[in-house]
Amino acid sequence: MLGDYSIGDLGSILAMQGFAGLILFSVYVLMALGLAIIFGQMGVINMAHGEFMILGAYVTWMTASLVEAYLPSIFSGYFFLAMVLAFIASGSLGMLVEWALIRHLYRRPLDTLLATWGLSLILQQAYRSVFGAREVGVELPQWMLGSKQITDTIEVPINGIFVMCLTVLITCAVAYIMYMSRWGRQVRAVVQNRVMAGAVGINTEKVDRYTFGLGCGIAGIAGSAFTMIGSTGPTAGQLYIVDTFLVVVFGGAASLIGTIASAFTISQAQSTMEFFMSGSMAKVLTLLAIVAILMMRPQGLFALKVRK
Amino acid sequence: MTDTEVTVGILHSVTGTMAISETGSVEAEKLAIEQINATGGVLGRKIKFIQEDGASDWPTFAEKAKKLLVNDKCAAVMGCWTSASRKAVLPVFEQYNGMLYYPTFYEGLEQSKNVIYTGQEATQQIIAGLDWVNKTKGAKTFYLLGSDYIWPRTSNKIARKHIEGHLKESKVVGEEYFPLGSTQFNSVINKIKLTKPDVIYAIIVGGSNVAFYKQLKAAGIDLSKQTLLTISVTEDEIDGIGGENIAGAFACMKYFQSLDNANNKPFVSEFKKMWGEKTVIGDVTQAAYLGPWLWKLTVEKAGSFDIDKVAAASPGVEFKGAPEGYVRIHENHHLWSKTRVGKAKLDGQYEMVYETADLVEPDPFPKGYQ
Repeated sequence: MLGDYSIGDLGSILAMQGFAGLILFSVYVLMALGLAIIFGQMGVINMAHGEFMILGAYVTWMTASLVEAYLPSIFSGYFFLAMVLAFIASGSLGMLVEWALIRHLYRRPLDTLLATWGLSLILQQAYRSVFGAREVGVELPQWMLGSKQITDTIEVPINGIFVMCLTVLITCAVAYIMYMSRWGRQVRAVVQNRVMAGAVGINTEKVDRYTFGLGCGIAGIAGSAFTMIGSTGPTAGQLYIVDTFLVVVFGGAASLIGTIASAFTISQAQSTMEFFMSGSMAKVLTLLAIVAILMMRPQGLFALKVRK
Repeated sequence: MTDTEVTVGILHSVTGTMAISETGSVEAEKLAIEQINATGGVLGRKIKFIQEDGASDWPTFAEKAKKLLVNDKCAAVMGCWTSASRKAVLPVFEQYNGMLYYPTFYEGLEQSKNVIYTGQEATQQIIAGLDWVNKTKGAKTFYLLGSDYIWPRTSNKIARKHIEGHLKESKVVGEEYFPLGSTQFNSVINKIKLTKPDVIYAIIVGGSNVAFYKQLKAAGIDLSKQTLLTISVTEDEIDGIGGENIAGAFACMKYFQSLDNANNKPFVSEFKKMWGEKTVIGDVTQAAYLGPWLWKLTVEKAGSFDIDKVAAASPGVEFKGAPEGYVRIHENHHLWSKTRVGKAKLDGQYEMVYETADLVEPDPFPKGYQ
C-alpha cells in the first residue's frame, strides 16, 4: 500500500501517526490514573469508574450551557472552570460513595466489584432519568476545534495537544501528591500496613475517604476532557471501563510508573497495528498479546515488592 | 380486545445502551396512536397500548414479546430497533402468530409473514446514494468504514459490489471495521489522509459516531472539501455529535426532518408539541410513526383484526399521509419508498439535495449483491 507515495508524504504520515499514538497514550493515562489510585492503592475494584467520568462530562455540558446562557463573555475559557467543577462533583460523589458503601467492604475486594458494578447501573439509570436517554452535545469554544498546521503536510489536532498537556499536568500533580507530600506518605503507609499505620496515629478512615475521592475526582477531569473526543450519554462510561482496567492491570496494580508504561505500550501497539490492519484486528492482537504477557507475568509489568 | 378497545404493544428499550436510539421510536408510536384515536380509532375501536421495556437485552425482548402476544393478546406490536433484538423476537412472533412493525433501516436478508419492515432495507438506502455521489461529484475512489457487526458489514458488502460492478472505473481503496464502542479513530484518519479517497463511506454507530466525527474535524479534514457519505447518522445522532462537527457531510436515507411537503410540516409540529420543542426527528423515528398508521389502514382494508387476514391484506396498502410523502407495502412486507440525500448543516438539520424520481423497490434478497 505504500508504493505510490513520495518520501515526503510518508514522512509526514509517520509523524502524524506517531502523534496519534501519543494522543492515545495520553487518553489511556488520563482514564487510568484515577483507577490506578483506587484499585492500585486501595485494592477496590471500582466498576463505576466510567460513570464517575461521565459525571464529569455531564458537569462540563451543564457548565457549557449555563455559561453560554448567562456569561457568554467567558465562553472561550469555560472549559477550565468546567474541569474544576467536574473534579469537585466527581470527587464529592466519590467520598459519599466511600462513606456509604465502600468502607464496609474493605478486605473483601470481590464484593467491591459487585457493589460498584451495581452502583454503575444505578448511576447510568440516574443519568438517563435526569439528563434523558439521548446523547448530549457539548459545545466547545472555537479555539479548541480543528487542527494546527505544523508544516505543509503535517497537521495535529488541537484537542489532542490539549489532552496531552492536561495528562502531563495531572500525572505530575498525582506523582507529587503520592510520593512527595506528607499525605501521600500516609496513603502509602495505609496501603502497606493498615493496622500499623493506625497504630502510629494515622487516621486511616480519613485517608481512605480522601484517596477514593481523589481517584474519582481525577476520573471526573478525564470525563470532562473526553467530551472533546468522545460522546456524552448515560452509558458512555462503559466505552472506557475495559481499556482502563486493562491499562491498570497490565501495568501492575500498585505502581504509577507501571500504569504509565503499560498505557504507553498498549497505545503504541494499538495505533501502529491499526495503521496496517483494521481496527478490530488490531484490538484482537493487542488483547491476545496482553493475555500472553499476563500469563507469564501475572503481577503486571511493574509490581511493588512487598513481603507476603 | 373489547367492543370499544383494541390493544397493541410497544416493545423498545427505554433502559440500557439502546435507549439512546429507541426513545424517538417510542415517542413517534405514541403520537401516531394518539392521533389515530383522535380521528376515531380502528374499526370503531380505540387503541390502548401496553408498553414493555426490552432493556437493550435480546432475551428480554423475546420474553416481553411473548408476554405481549400470549398474556396481553396484542393485535399488533410496534417495536425492536437493532437487528439482534428483531432476530430474538422473530421466532416468538412466528410461533404465536403475532404482527410486528419494525422501524429501523437494516441489512435485509429477511422476510416474514409476521413482520412489516417500515424502514428501508440495505439496497434501497445504499445504491441510490452511491449513484448520486458518483454522478454529481464524479467520485471514483471510496473508503468504506463501519462498526463491526452485521448491519455495517452487510451494507458495505452491497456497497462494494455496487461500486466495483456498476459504477464506471470506480474502486474501493479501503475497508475497515471498528469494535462497537471504539473511541479512537486517529490511525484510520491518517490512512484516509494517505489514500485521499473521493468519498468516505461511513457506517459507524452509537457512541463511536460522536468520537469519529469529532476526531475527523480535529484532524483538519474539512467536510466541505472531502465528501463523506453516511447511512447511519440521523438528526438524532447529530444531537450528540454536534452540528459543527458534521456540517457538510451527506447522509442517504428516506426521511429528513426538514422535508418540505404537506404531510411533514403538521407532523413535525405535532411531534414537538407532544415531546418538546427541542426534540429532533430522525429517519427511524419517522418510520416508527408509520407503524401504527399502516396497521390501522391494513386492518380497515382486511375488515378484521385477525393476524392472517392482516398479513394477507398488507401488500398494496398505501399511506398517503406519511411524513416522508407516500409509502406502499410491497409483497415482501417491506415498503416502497423514495431515497433521499441530505447535507448536514450547522444547526443539526439536513438540507435535502437529491431525491429519487420514483419509489425505490425493496429488495431484501438482492441478486448479485450477496
